[in-house]
Amino acid sequence: MNPKNFNRLFFVPIQGAGLSHSAAAEIFNKDEERTDWHDETLWFVREKRDKAVKQISEWEQLRTLGSDIKDHTLSNLDIYLAEFEKNAQANGIKIHWAIDAEEHNEIILGIIREQKVQQVVKSKSMLTEECHLNDYLAQRGIDVIDTDLGERIVQFRNEPPSHIVLPAIHLKKQDVSETFHEHLGTEKGNNDPQYLTEAARQHLRDKFIKSQLAITGVNFAIASTGGFVVCTNEGNADMGAHAAKIHVASMGIEKIIPKVEHLGVFLRLLARSATGQPITTYSSHFHQPRVGQQMHIIIVDNGRTKQLGRPDFRSSLKCIRCAACFNTCPVYRRSGGHSYHTAVAGPIGSILNPNLDMKANADLPFASTLCGSCSNVCPVKIDIHVQLYKWRQVLVAEGFTTGGKKVAMKGMAFVLSHPSIYRISGKIGRWIMRVFPFIFNNKSFNPWYKQREMPEAPEQSFRDWYKKNKK
Amino acid sequence: MKVGLFIPCYVDQFYPKVAVATLELLEKLGCEVVFPLNQTCCGQPMANSGFASLSEGCDKNFIANFGEVDYVVSPSGSCVLHVKEHLHDQNETKASYIRRNIYELTEFIVDVLKVENMVANFPHKVGMHISCHGQRGLNLSSMSELSAPSFSKPAYLLNMVKGLQLSLPKRVDECCGFGGTFCVFEEAVSVKMGKDRITEHAINEVEYITGVDVSCLMHLEGILKRQGSSVKTIHIAEILNTH
Repeated sequence: MNPKNFNRLFFVPIQGAGLSHSAAAEIFNKDEERTDWHDETLWFVREKRDKAVKQISEWEQLRTLGSDIKDHTLSNLDIYLAEFEKNAQANGIKIHWAIDAEEHNEIILGIIREQKVQQVVKSKSMLTEECHLNDYLAQRGIDVIDTDLGERIVQFRNEPPSHIVLPAIHLKKQDVSETFHEHLGTEKGNNDPQYLTEAARQHLRDKFIKSQLAITGVNFAIASTGGFVVCTNEGNADMGAHAAKIHVASMGIEKIIPKVEHLGVFLRLLARSATGQPITTYSSHFHQPRVGQQMHIIIVDNGRTKQLGRPDFRSSLKCIRCAACFNTCPVYRRSGGHSYHTAVAGPIGSILNPNLDMKANADLPFASTLCGSCSNVCPVKIDIHVQLYKWRQVLVAEGFTTGGKKVAMKGMAFVLSHPSIYRISGKIGRWIMRVFPFIFNNKSFNPWYKQREMPEAPEQSFRDWYKKNKK
Repeated sequence: MKVGLFIPCYVDQFYPKVAVATLELLEKLGCEVVFPLNQTCCGQPMANSGFASLSEGCDKNFIANFGEVDYVVSPSGSCVLHVKEHLHDQNETKASYIRRNIYELTEFIVDVLKVENMVANFPHKVGMHISCHGQRGLNLSSMSELSAPSFSKPAYLLNMVKGLQLSLPKRVDECCGFGGTFCVFEEAVSVKMGKDRITEHAINEVEYITGVDVSCLMHLEGILKRQGSSVKTIHIAEILNTH
């Protein structure tokens, strides 16, 4: 069979110009040395996480506590969101509600236009990535400067982040050097990390000083106080928010926690899970605008209530975006974030994104061996690998599979449901493998054989042996 | 005690020696073993591909074969886990009995038979591959992600084998990349994961790679053979059945 036909039969085409995860991963793996480097870099982060969590004896109880608080909150989201809104408004914060990405982007554009803002900076916010805010504003003549170092690097390169905590983890320092040479005029070939970060620092200082509006994400919004917390390691959220006269914070509805006392649980879980740090360098608490400043919070649904309504998948909303599941995932480490063609990649992305668009993301739940490591590192105990399995069932039931796969599976199910047909097919199959091995030993239609030998086909099955020797 | 031997379809077809070793080992340990002759497959290949709706026939056949034994034992953690989690029938009594009484081989030997001595003899350097479904699904050993005391049922048994030198790869419990149909639909990543496991075992200069799942070993064997490596794969039952 022509390999192209094989692909057409068995791989779900992805809408638009993008490649499916497996096709992108195959390209990623062509440079094996770089794949090894990517794998080892992220494994290093996983190991740092292991060391950090094993230093506190109550780690597993802390995970349970975090999971329970999130479960409780998700079940009472209506109450806590209303409480948060009331308290935040009392503190002088303007609250906006956005049903989807478009409304979110329109609200920000509205603020920018109303206030006649020219200069916008933004610290890391995966929600704004999910809403494609930068593109939306750029199309309307407004350039947003990403101030997280990793995000600024990928922004210069016109790439999306490949990781939610480490946005430029797919790039080597040589790549950064080339990018900075092109965009910041640094010396060609100077790969010294300190030299390069200093260049970024000077560049970003200027942007902070000139900025009129700063966008940040929200890690935790506290219902009882109406305040919110933003965690960064670079202090760039603070630089932006403190310098600009308008601070806009975007949050998904699931970012809410009931009380301040719960914050301690999540701050301890987040940093250890994300990078193996005991705490993020900056855990910045925002409560009210300073004199002369405006503070806005946009509370965004964008499919979250739909996910909340799916009993099998609602717990995915407990996610605190630590990316521990990325770092531990053997598939992510060997395929890179861009293979997932979504704002949030990795195992958690593979259970969140089908909710947003089943057709476009039908490949993602299959980008896993279901090894279960993701669920074990998850600080809020999301059963990620179980949900990957369940999404597979939903996607097939909804028709997001291929004709070839369907026929193959139906054939397999038929054979395996009929013992005598199974036995005769096995016998014939093994005979063909022994007598005409070239039929299976074909790299273009048998993906197994591309880089692996076929198992040997014995003359006797175990059952044959058993009947001869035991019965 | 009547033990029903469940030999997964691909083991029956391609690795009968593993099934023979499992049968002989269980008999050696004093079990009355029956091999129901009309067994086929647990249904996992369909279910993991999203076609659990098509596994009804397999479920029915499984229950028809294994409804009358005290325990079901199998040399495959992955298939056992699938049955434990997903075997259903209109008559749930039999299905739930099987779900509760199906065991992976090493777990059966350690937890049910409570074996404390083995007579096996295998004077070789052996690397252990920890298969994910057995480990994270059936709890056959502690997991590197969790803060919990360390233990391993397969290693407990291997350490009783005379002459065997056991080693673990640097990343003790990373997946080998087999993953059922993942091995063909995500061929590039699957093979890369397998190659990386092999590299770590090779650093330990092992002669054999062993494990509780034939599927992982089949995948690793395919790569080893293509590489022309001298390292062989061997199922844990084959080691425990030596004398």
